[in-house]
Formats: sequence, C-alpha cells, structure tokens
Amino acid sequence: MVKELREKVKKLLAGGDVELVIGWEKGSRPLSSTPALIDSPEEADRLVFDSTCGNNPAVYFTKDARRLVKAGKKVGVVVKGCDARSLSLYVAEKQVKRDNIVIIGVPCQGVLDTDKVEELAGGREVLEYSEQDGKITVRGKDLDLTFDAQDVLSASCLACIYPDATEYDIFIGEARDGKPNKEQNAAIDEFEKLSSEERWKRMEEIYSKCIRCYACRNVCPSCYCNECFVDQNDPQWIGKTPEITDTMIFHIIRNLHVAGRCVECGACERACPMGLDLLLLNRKAAREVEERFGYVTGIDSGEKPAMADFREEEKQDFIMG
Amino acid sequence: MSEFEPTIVAFFCNWCTYTAADLAGTSRLSYPHNIKSIRVMCTGMVDPQYVIKAFLEGADGVLISGCHPGDCHYISGNYVARRRFAILKPLLEFIGIEPERVQFSWISAGEGERFAQVMTKVTNDIKKIGPAKRLVKGA
Repeated sequence: MVKELREKVKKLLAGGDVELVIGWEKGSRPLSSTPALIDSPEEADRLVFDSTCGNNPAVYFTKDARRLVKAGKKVGVVVKGCDARSLSLYVAEKQVKRDNIVIIGVPCQGVLDTDKVEELAGGREVLEYSEQDGKITVRGKDLDLTFDAQDVLSASCLACIYPDATEYDIFIGEARDGKPNKEQNAAIDEFEKLSSEERWKRMEEIYSKCIRCYACRNVCPSCYCNECFVDQNDPQWIGKTPEITDTMIFHIIRNLHVAGRCVECGACERACPMGLDLLLLNRKAAREVEERFGYVTGIDSGEKPAMADFREEEKQDFIMG
Repeated sequence: MSEFEPTIVAFFCNWCTYTAADLAGTSRLSYPHNIKSIRVMCTGMVDPQYVIKAFLEGADGVLISGCHPGDCHYISGNYVARRRFAILKPLLEFIGIEPERVQFSWISAGEGERFAQVMTKVTNDIKKIGPAKRLVKGA
C-alpha cells in the first residue's frame, strides 16, 4: 500500500501536476510519525502510512501550504477519512479552492493512542514498532509484546464513522463508505443520564486538570483564526489563569467555535498532555447540529456550513412560546 | 433574611424587544428591576461569548430577545441567532447549567404587555432556582 502511495506521488510530482505533496514520514521515535512536505519525486520514498499517522495534514492549508494555493499552485495531500472531512470543510468555508488540491485517500485502520501503548508496555521504553493484519508488536529492552490494534486505538477512532475519504481524486486501494458506529454516542448517552449536579461535577473533574497549554487549539484543524479569543486583551474575554472557571470557559467557547465544524479527528485528545476527554463536548455539539439541522461536517464541500446557514421553518422548542 | 434579588442580563434587539420595553414604559406597565437591559442592533450580533461572559461576571441569568422570525430588520439576523442559541442552550445544559438560566424569546415592538409578562416570568424562574454558583468566577 505504501509502495503504491509512493509511486502515485512520484508520478504526480514528476508530471508537474502538483507543486507539493503533504503526507507523513517516520518520526524520531518508534511510535511517532511526522508530517512530511514532499516537493520532488526523489523524496517521495520518505512517505509512510500506518497507525502512527495521527496528525491531520489538512491543517497545512491554513499554514505553510496556504501561500502556494493562493498563488494558484496545486498541492496534493494524503488523507485519512477525518483529514478529508477537514479539507471538505475548508472548501465549504472558502479557505481553499477544491481545484487547487489533489486529495489522495488512504485506507485508515485507526490511529494509535500512544498513552495506551505505553501503559501496556508498563513503563518499559518502546524501541521498535511494527504492525500487521490488525496486530501490533512492540519491542524494547525486556519487552516483546503483541496485541490487537483495537486495544490501543484512539478513542475517536473507535467511534469513527467515516474511516475513508468521502471526497477524493485518487484512492490507494478501495474506499469504504461511512457506516454507523454505536460507540459514537455511547459516552454522551451515558453522561446525559446523570443529574445536572453530577454532570457539573464531572465537568469540573475533567477541566480542573487542564493546564491551559492550548495544544488542543493549536493542533485543531478547525481552529485557524489569526487571533484566537483567548489571546485577545481588549476586550479580554477570559482570565489567563488555570483557575477552573477560566479553563472551563476556554473549553466551552472553543467548543462553540467548532460546533458544526469539528470533524472528530481526535487530534485534540491525542495532543493533550493531561489526557483530558475533550471530545465529549465536541461530539455533543455535533450531535445537536446533526439532529437539528441535518448537517454532518465535512461530507459535502458544496454545502454551506451549518452555523452560517438557516431554514425558516426550523424547530425552536427552546424559545419561550 | 431579605429575598434573593437576581441580576439578569438581557440582550434586546433595537428594532423589536427594546422598542417593546419603551412601549411597556410609556404604557406605565411595571416589570422587575432585576432585568439589566443591553441594547444591541440585532440578536444576530449576540455572540455566545457575551452570554458566557455575563455568567463569569456574576449574572444569575441571561435573557436574549429579538424580533419574531420573519420580522428581522436585517432580514435574517434572528434566524442566524436562532441556530447559534439552538446549540448554546443544550450545551450549557449538558455541562450542568440549569435550563432556566439562559432564556430566549421573541417580542415584537407592539407587544409591550407581553414584554412585562416575559420579564416577570424570567425573574420569577431565576428567583426560584437561586443565585448562580456555576461558571461564576470566585464562587
């Protein structure tokens, strides 16, 4: 699969179809991979794709690759299902023109939650990593473990509905359609059963651990404002302390900003150094948007984003009669 | 002990609800003094951040009121606002904020009487559930 990917990318670059291809290459540690910006056919051999490719390469269209596409150049990008949804969102939000990107879909089996792997390794350092047929093997000093990939996948991947790109130009292998996943709403249903008091307590538990490093915001493909509300001083929306109300408000407002825009790629949870359950709120917002407005983020790039659109006859049960 | 007097921050649209407040005043209708009204040009400009900020600064409740659907001075401002609040409200309830704390209504410029009724209802609702303790800084 990786071989086919490299060949395709080589052909694209050699033929001058694209100026640059964004994908992943091997990272400096065995459990990591890092985004790779490939601009010549010879370099295409650096490309990899496996369960360590957790970063969302779509974010480069709001960063480095933006200049290229603005100048009318074409950029190729290797995507998992969630990354493709981000791209689709960018097109819908007019951040990038569909004609300027070449989407290369790859079949995604889910990405690793490295915390889970490290827990299974029991503190022993992982020096070697390999995967085959849904089994993952890690090796190191006094360490030789093989386990099911399912046991160490990211929570967001276990609840994934669209593992493969819904819009693409090239697909390596065969793209699967989205399929319902009962995991997706399980956590929300569970949470909604609690009383208001208990829910608040649980929220305080989650967010009191937050250290306000903003890693979730920085890694988020949907967070691309030039100036984030937390960085504004005038008016200063929220205090800059790690005090519980400040942190909670940061998360609530961030959640509102990505409501109807979050593609549930789980990059925030993987980036979080404190291991917070950040997707709970995001998924709740996504579910509300879907139920009320019938909109699923990043499936159709021609559709207007939910929060910029309206229907006159919408349900308004929350408004006083 | 004296009765709890809540602070309710209310965002009123200039063209409908704020005018209804005027009408209530000129009609000599009384409504609770707990409502602290803020005039905005349209409910469509009420960022959910304003609502959260109000709680952070110690409001016990927030009310947002504007033109009836179809009556917006800017044609679609209240429709956009409605979508935004349709997400804000369930989210706040989800994290454990009492549903009475954030309320929405449509009151047109001619509904002075209804304005006074809604203000009384909102104030009573919030008096019943007591002072806000969640999301309030330093509480």
